[in-house]
Amino acid sequence: MSILKITHLKVHFPTEEGLVKAVNTVDFEMKENEKLGLIGETGCGKTVLGMSIIRLLQLATKIEGEIWYKGKDLLKLSEEEMRKIRGKEIAMILQNPTTSLNPVLKVGDQIAEAIQLHQGLAKRAAKEKAVEMLEAVKIPDASKRANEYPHEFSGGMKERVMIAMGLACEPSLIIADEPTKGLDVTIKMQIIKLMKEVTKQRAILFITHDLGVAAEICDNIAVMYAGELVEYAKTGDIFKNPLHPYTQGFLNSLPNRGLKPIRGMSPSLIDLPSGCRFHPRCDYAREICKTEHPEIVEKENGHHVRCFLYD
Amino acid sequence: MIEDIIVFLKKYKSNKLGLVGLGILIFFVIAAIFAPYIAPYDPGHRYKSTEHPNSAHLLGTNHVGQDIVSELIYGTRVSLFITLFASIAAAFIGTFIGLIAGYFKRLDFFLMRIVDLFLTIPRLPLIIIIAAFMRPSIWNLIFVFALFEWSITARIIRSEVLTFKNRPYVDATRMFGAGDFHILGRHILPNVVPLVVVQLVLVSRYIILAESGLSFIGLGDPTAKSWGMMLHDAFEYPTIFISDIWMWWMLPAGLCIVFTILSLTFIGYALEELVNPRLRRVTTL
Repeated sequence: MSILKITHLKVHFPTEEGLVKAVNTVDFEMKENEKLGLIGETGCGKTVLGMSIIRLLQLATKIEGEIWYKGKDLLKLSEEEMRKIRGKEIAMILQNPTTSLNPVLKVGDQIAEAIQLHQGLAKRAAKEKAVEMLEAVKIPDASKRANEYPHEFSGGMKERVMIAMGLACEPSLIIADEPTKGLDVTIKMQIIKLMKEVTKQRAILFITHDLGVAAEICDNIAVMYAGELVEYAKTGDIFKNPLHPYTQGFLNSLPNRGLKPIRGMSPSLIDLPSGCRFHPRCDYAREICKTEHPEIVEKENGHHVRCFLYD
Repeated sequence: MIEDIIVFLKKYKSNKLGLVGLGILIFFVIAAIFAPYIAPYDPGHRYKSTEHPNSAHLLGTNHVGQDIVSELIYGTRVSLFITLFASIAAAFIGTFIGLIAGYFKRLDFFLMRIVDLFLTIPRLPLIIIIAAFMRPSIWNLIFVFALFEWSITARIIRSEVLTFKNRPYVDATRMFGAGDFHILGRHILPNVVPLVVVQLVLVSRYIILAESGLSFIGLGDPTAKSWGMMLHDAFEYPTIFISDIWMWWMLPAGLCIVFTILSLTFIGYALEELVNPRLRRVTTL
């Protein structure tokens, strides 16, 4: 059964420079307990896609399409109903834990707050639950640490706190937006291990540009470019047999595969290229790529790609 | 909480001017609270009028024979009472308007134009006119001052709220399902409280001055004699500047006003420095 199904999602922001087309007709589906990696360069619309699921974008944003979560279209819910879903049903784990924790509140109180908002527990019970959550994310001496302020935590520990907060109300779906950004490699692996452990029973939409991290956690990977999905496949297939030239380029830019950058810059989301969005940077571009926009189609068993090379 | 206060006091201690200000203010506050025990006489009781300072009446007596020292001590009560309540009321209104204007974009424009109005109209003449139309009483004075002194606080709090409302941790809280008022009360208000306290102290200076001014021109509450009212009485006395009476009748009341404002200024600056580290000077006085 699918827990999240997104169909024809478009997210556009009006700005002074023009309409920013951050997400353009994205479709995908997540099963229960599925770990889906959303991969792409900075500015390709990954975060916007994540935020649109819990509907926390600016008021002026135009969202079209449908986001089905457990049989409800999230885009049709009232703000009040949506508030009950945020945190409790769908939680977000943010990048940059240093700025995402309130510096003047004790860590335990901040987690307790998330619990209190949804479960109607008394303050003391919520705080006890918060300490349990801190233990669950393996923070040593949790009951003492709960009474400390964010500045007394290291970066990795703060990220653990963010994960504890995300898990506090036992959501079925977690949107993790680059939770390992800015952590050094050893800590990063610890956090990944922890996330794998604590999210066995939950679905995760894992937004990142770090392919190594995605490979560790995710069952499936969706590659996003200029606001649309260009490839979607099982994690193994993406790494062994990348079909889309962009995915190939992305993999070749990894340090252990030659550190070859993709030429050119990622396009502005205001002024998208005609035809295939990737054609100005693509080594295999033909005439048709400049004029026609390819559709995403299933090539092999569950391996989807948006490219004319495979027609 | 108690630890926080101790830490705060330790930091405050390093500011010498702030300590001087606090000392002066504590002196006046003690005088105000314990007036009945400290004052040598009942301020309403009449002795021989316009006596020069002597061992019985340290600052002599006024035109109707009331002991001036006792009058001063009881006057502290009235002056500080009005200042305290009016500045709390002004800070309260200002904080509320500031929070709402900063947080709810739709109300911002409307509320800020009202603030502009209150900031630009000449306040003192208007206060005088309104005070003149209302029955002179302490509560009416408090009302008028609160009405005219909230606008700066609202402006400052609004600008502060604007910087806080887009902090990632506010977004994070929203992601966990928090509503607007929860965010305002729990994540934004605690962050602006230090500024509110600074504003409270700084605004109270204007209020004490305005109160003295109104009383001086005879718009104060005649049943509760403040320092300004003492100046008023003294000024109306026909030969006040011909003889030496002004030295012990007018001067002490004036000095009390000056020292209170001075102490509040010192405290306000000391607090502001603590709250806003950018203002901290490298050299200490």
